[in-house]
Amino acid sequence: MKKIWWKILAVLMVAGSIVAGLLGPVPELPILNETIRNVYFHVPMWFTMVFLYLISVIYSIKYLNTNNRNYDLMAVEAVNTGILFCACGLLTGMLWANITWGDPWPNDPKLNGSAIATLMYLAYLVLRNALEEEQKRAKISAIYNIFAFPIMLVLLYILPKMTDSLHPGNGGNSTFGDLDMDNNIRPIFYTAVIGWILIGAWITSLRYRVRLIDDKKNSF
Amino acid sequence: MNLFSQVKTLVYKDVVLEWRSKYAINSILLYVVSTVFVCYQSFKSVDSTVWNTLFWIILLFAAINAMNRSFLQETGNRQLYYYSIVSPKAIILAKIIYNALLMFLLSATAFIVYNLIFKNDIGNLTIYLVSVFLGSLSFATVFTMVAGISAKAGNNSTIMAILSFPVIIPLLIILIKLSHNAVLGATIAVSWGDIGVLLAINVVTIAISLLLFPYLWRD
Repeated sequence: MKKIWWKILAVLMVAGSIVAGLLGPVPELPILNETIRNVYFHVPMWFTMVFLYLISVIYSIKYLNTNNRNYDLMAVEAVNTGILFCACGLLTGMLWANITWGDPWPNDPKLNGSAIATLMYLAYLVLRNALEEEQKRAKISAIYNIFAFPIMLVLLYILPKMTDSLHPGNGGNSTFGDLDMDNNIRPIFYTAVIGWILIGAWITSLRYRVRLIDDKKNSF
Repeated sequence: MNLFSQVKTLVYKDVVLEWRSKYAINSILLYVVSTVFVCYQSFKSVDSTVWNTLFWIILLFAAINAMNRSFLQETGNRQLYYYSIVSPKAIILAKIIYNALLMFLLSATAFIVYNLIFKNDIGNLTIYLVSVFLGSLSFATVFTMVAGISAKAGNNSTIMAILSFPVIIPLLIILIKLSHNAVLGATIAVSWGDIGVLLAINVVTIAISLLLFPYLWRD
């Protein structure tokens, strides 16, 4: 029971946020209308993705300091799960954009930035495949991971603020929190964010453990 | 030797080696000039947006080709020799400085040839030159580290391209914006934000390279 409490909590929080998100009261706003409920699903995906990439960078740094192979496996599985959440974030975002902005892929810096950030992490995975030797692979991919992370932050958080953007909180727009959220939304939103982050951590830890078993099976 | 004199010696060594063969520099200059000609022959005349973007794309590919070579000579025994006499920080710093010098030469040539052949009015030449200067500096700092990584991964150009494109795109977006504003005649007051972000990214990139290269170097 000691170790699974946070998994139960994650399921309860996500389940609760889905039920409350679809049934709960929301403010009626022009253009957004009922699609404001997507804030419970779209935004937590990105929070989870950045959280997982952060975990991955932390484990890459740990790997460089200790040369413990398990840290490298953790870093790559965090990236794998992060890419999954990025895909979910893009899909929910495209649904939302199609209704509110009239186009699933409008020319928006935040959209393009997240797509490019995904390219960066796919390149990380390709780099891993290019290297045969295990230690070398772990070390060099850890270096690229750390090198790319600050640039990803620029791409996702600084660049959209400098140019015109459709997203709230960017390019001089007021943030979503100031304008559109009311006190009915906030608690459900925070529950969803924490719940999805926990789910992301859970998926990562499962993948990591499968990887460890695989690793043990393949080594002599 | 302290770090400074080590860097000075290493840069001097790279320049002398390049000057003796002149192979890399001539081939890359020829590459730039012929690319400009290909673009000119196919476009004939373009509007200012395309003109500006095309210049940066030519420069991007020339830079990738030039930087791809940075660690080509440093293999095997020679690496071991350097490892025993200089600090890895000096090596990466020297490579960044040498590549920055190479990029200044390259982008100056590209800019002059491009302007001679493709005539276009630039509203604010000073800011445009500043953006070209910052662009070559950014290409040098980012590509040097990526070239180091790709050299360890067997030095093939595909790896170099897929690793460096996502990293350089944010810089390229800001550079194109800055230089496009310069073409339209923006004043320095409007451009400070972009210049500041570019400088900040360069400082961060150099700092991370200095931190990470010692790990990359050790085999």
